Amino acid sequence: MIPELGHYALVLALFVALVQSVPPLVGAATRNGAWMNVAVPAAIAQMLLVLVAYAALTWAHVVSDFSVLNVVQNSHSAKPMLYKVSGVWGNHEGSMMLWIVMLTIFGAAVAMFGRNLPPTLKARVLAVQGLIGVGFLLFILATSNPFIRVIPAPLDGNDLNPLLQDPGLAFHPPFLYAGYVGFSMAFSFAVAALIEGRVDPAWARWVRPWTLAAWSTLTMGIAMGSWWAYYELGWGGWWYWDPVENASFMPWLAGTALLHSAIVVEKRDALKSWTILLSIVTFSLSLMGTFLVRSGILTSVHAFAVDPKRGVFILVLLAIATGGSLLLYSLRAPSLKAGGLFAPISREGALVMNNLLLSTATATVFIGTLYPLFLDILNLGKVSVGAPFFNATFIPVAIPMIVAMVVGPFLSWKRADLWAALSRLWIAGVAVVIAVAITAYVKAGGGPLLALVGIALAAWAFVGSLVEFADRIALFRTSFRNSWHRAVHLPRSAWGMTIAHACVGLSILGMTGTSAWQTESITAMKPGDQASVAGYEFRFDSIGLVDGPNFKAERGVFTVTRDGQPIATLTPERRSYSTTRMTTTESAIHTTVFSDLYVALGDPTQNGTAWIVRIYHHPLVPWIWIGGAGMMLGGLVSLTDRRFRIGAPERRRTAGKSAPLPAE
Amino acid sequence: MKRALLAALLALSVTLPALTPALAVQPEEVLPDPALESRARAISQELRCLVCQNQSIDDSNAPLARDLRVLVRDRLQAGDSDAKVMEYVTDRYGDYVLLRPPFKATTLVLWIGPFAVLLLGAIGTFLFLRGRRGVAAGADTAPLSADERRRLDALLRKDD
Amino acid sequence: MRRLLYLLPFLLFIGVGIAFYLGFQRDPRDIPSALIDKPAPTFELPAISGQPATGGLSSARLKGDVTLVNVFASWCIPCKAEHPVITRLSREQGVTVFGINYKDKPEDALTWLARNGNPYAAIGADQDGRVSIDWGVYGVPESYLIDRQGRIRFKHVGPLTPQVVEEQLLPMVKHLRQG
Repeated sequence: MIPELGHYALVLALFVALVQSVPPLVGAATRNGAWMNVAVPAAIAQMLLVLVAYAALTWAHVVSDFSVLNVVQNSHSAKPMLYKVSGVWGNHEGSMMLWIVMLTIFGAAVAMFGRNLPPTLKARVLAVQGLIGVGFLLFILATSNPFIRVIPAPLDGNDLNPLLQDPGLAFHPPFLYAGYVGFSMAFSFAVAALIEGRVDPAWARWVRPWTLAAWSTLTMGIAMGSWWAYYELGWGGWWYWDPVENASFMPWLAGTALLHSAIVVEKRDALKSWTILLSIVTFSLSLMGTFLVRSGILTSVHAFAVDPKRGVFILVLLAIATGGSLLLYSLRAPSLKAGGLFAPISREGALVMNNLLLSTATATVFIGTLYPLFLDILNLGKVSVGAPFFNATFIPVAIPMIVAMVVGPFLSWKRADLWAALSRLWIAGVAVVIAVAITAYVKAGGGPLLALVGIALAAWAFVGSLVEFADRIALFRTSFRNSWHRAVHLPRSAWGMTIAHACVGLSILGMTGTSAWQTESITAMKPGDQASVAGYEFRFDSIGLVDGPNFKAERGVFTVTRDGQPIATLTPERRSYSTTRMTTTESAIHTTVFSDLYVALGDPTQNGTAWIVRIYHHPLVPWIWIGGAGMMLGGLVSLTDRRFRIGAPERRRTAGKSAPLPAE
Repeated sequence: MKRALLAALLALSVTLPALTPALAVQPEEVLPDPALESRARAISQELRCLVCQNQSIDDSNAPLARDLRVLVRDRLQAGDSDAKVMEYVTDRYGDYVLLRPPFKATTLVLWIGPFAVLLLGAIGTFLFLRGRRGVAAGADTAPLSADERRRLDALLRKDD
Repeated sequence: MRRLLYLLPFLLFIGVGIAFYLGFQRDPRDIPSALIDKPAPTFELPAISGQPATGGLSSARLKGDVTLVNVFASWCIPCKAEHPVITRLSREQGVTVFGINYKDKPEDALTWLARNGNPYAAIGADQDGRVSIDWGVYGVPESYLIDRQGRIRFKHVGPLTPQVVEEQLLPMVKHLRQG
């Protein structure tokens, strides 16, 4: 009964989405207020209906209703409850439901919080959002219906892929999808602006919070995926330039560019046409990512079960959404009025350079990911493009970007003095020299030269961001009390920027450390044996069998000491899941501020008396994800900025307050 | 349909091992000479595992990956240079086995592409910035429409 | 001119979209052979241990007539599926088929052949898979068509189907026998 309710809700949602799309568009064109006003309740209703459908599907999973095909294919009665809930989005049909949930939540949020939006703009934004909803609801109902029943119901299900039965991976999709789909809001705003025929600073003020929210969650989603790969796949890799990883990285890169160019639109009324294009491109990359994962045209570890019919449908959606909006862009964008002037060396100039480099990075990942397909289509043979290509092409673009990231906030709007800005960064320069010197001394001879570049960049980014913050609050130039006062009254977006930029440095620190100075030992060990890695002693104490809710595991016990002092006891496992007959490795990791000690248990060998044990020392690796989480935090802090909560027309009210000028 | 099924079965028969998380290089494969071993690891990281989805033979525990890892080490011990070892493998499996695409006529666009994008973007930015110097700020703004004039009046009156 | 620039993103997208559409007909995991038109690798494989009648296979035997070399194993499910096709090729359609038994336990291979029939004129046992690597084998089954001079002219990855045999293999056999 409940799955049928869910199904029905989904169909209703489709019709509501149509109501959200067509009348408001017509109403905005004919200035018919009643028709435009339909958008708001429609958006809210659509969200509620989709939530009902999603809840119905979740219910089916939670109670293990095996008459629902989706539950049979992906669940099992013995599966822990957490994974029954997270397994809802761990398969194609369920993940598309999550997609729609995010889409409608964002739409409803604009409907509810967008009271200050000009009515025609709001109507058009919600209409475009509704159209996207129509497309995806049709897709779900036509090709990926999660509510299909299977009669007679089997006694139990096929269980979820054990790799997905993991807390990190359980939460990775919601963050990722909130990000992917959140960019749909910027897209809708862009298309609405094109239909309107104009972009004013209020538009950017409206686009920024949604883009920030999407960007922050996407950052977290990608960081979680990377962290999961690190601890689950058994050898400590954290990024593979796999096509599906790239499919999430491209919207992130474009979204970062969008975030920054929207600042110029808001502050200086410039780069409007470019920002609109970027909004369209970012969401299109999200759509393309959805397409690539589910169509089967690229090989990837991540790909969902492949069905060309679904692939074609998404391609059609992509063609309509992206093709349509880009066509609209080519027709309408030339008539957008150019905005404020600025000199090449200026805050705007720095943001333009930021965009140039990020767009190049996006294009690089795009070319590398799709090149094998292009070449194959043209019958020019098969090449494979792997990590070596991406490392060789991405890193040279990233380096100047990080350098500029620190200098940019020091430049003033319209026209700036580069030398003055650089001279204020002398402390950061000193920090770089010290960091490189210390590293070269400590790691004399061990490690690639690129590692020193990485350390230099990390120091530059981290210290530079703090120096900028100190400069802004006039630290050491005035009394502490004054500085404190300034800090507290700084706009939250300034805080957010500092946190996010500094955390970029932290992530780079982690990436450099683990790539350059990782050490490992791969040996066959018997209980009682000892191995030595990076100055730590690992003693293999014992191994035994343990039972889990839906698996059996071999668990080894290792004691780690350093100079005789006990550091940790690690218990890596090898789990065998009976239903899917798959094995997973649960590595045991000891994390400290400086590094990870990582032990993975492998196959038994030598007739079952010994086991292959992999021990790794990953220096600085936790900072990758601390940095990532910090970036999300920075984004969220920026979101709480008063400007976004009050909205553009209220600028009048705040003008009287003696707040320091938003220096950002 | 049947072809698809057969293809799926083929895929399954060789990839199922690769789907389990990879614990790749086995202790018995490790060469006694650390210099040779590190060369072997470096080469392995450049070679694609052909039955996996996007892994190198260093990362994958598929049987074919293991065979190729052993092969690489055998060739190194026989005295081949790094380049000759790669050539040995590409002679048999083609360029597709390389994770770093070779620099050839067909991959020119791939390798030059990113740089070309940067260059074109830089030129475009430069032209854009230069062209804008001619545009005076505030010139040719469209006059207000009647609707907008009405709204402006209403807003102005609100302040009184 | 400026208008054209604004059209560029749309045009680029059309190109990408077409590529995606065409991509559906391609298999991203299908790797073309690097040895087409090159001589088959020089090799010598023993017969399956315990059954000398299986003959053993060497590259010398591949000259003189157009032959098919089929890489198979008893643990390979699609190999069983294609077995009738191979048998028909060998018994009724007049193509000499040689076998390379890939990484198989001798007793398993012999049992499999006994149960399903042995269509192969000769079989070489490649226990460690080294010879197969020389052929560029990356999975089973795979089939190679060799011309009279011992050059590889065609490779098929995956089980042979009647359709592939009719549409690609037999015409090529005919062509190679004439030329």
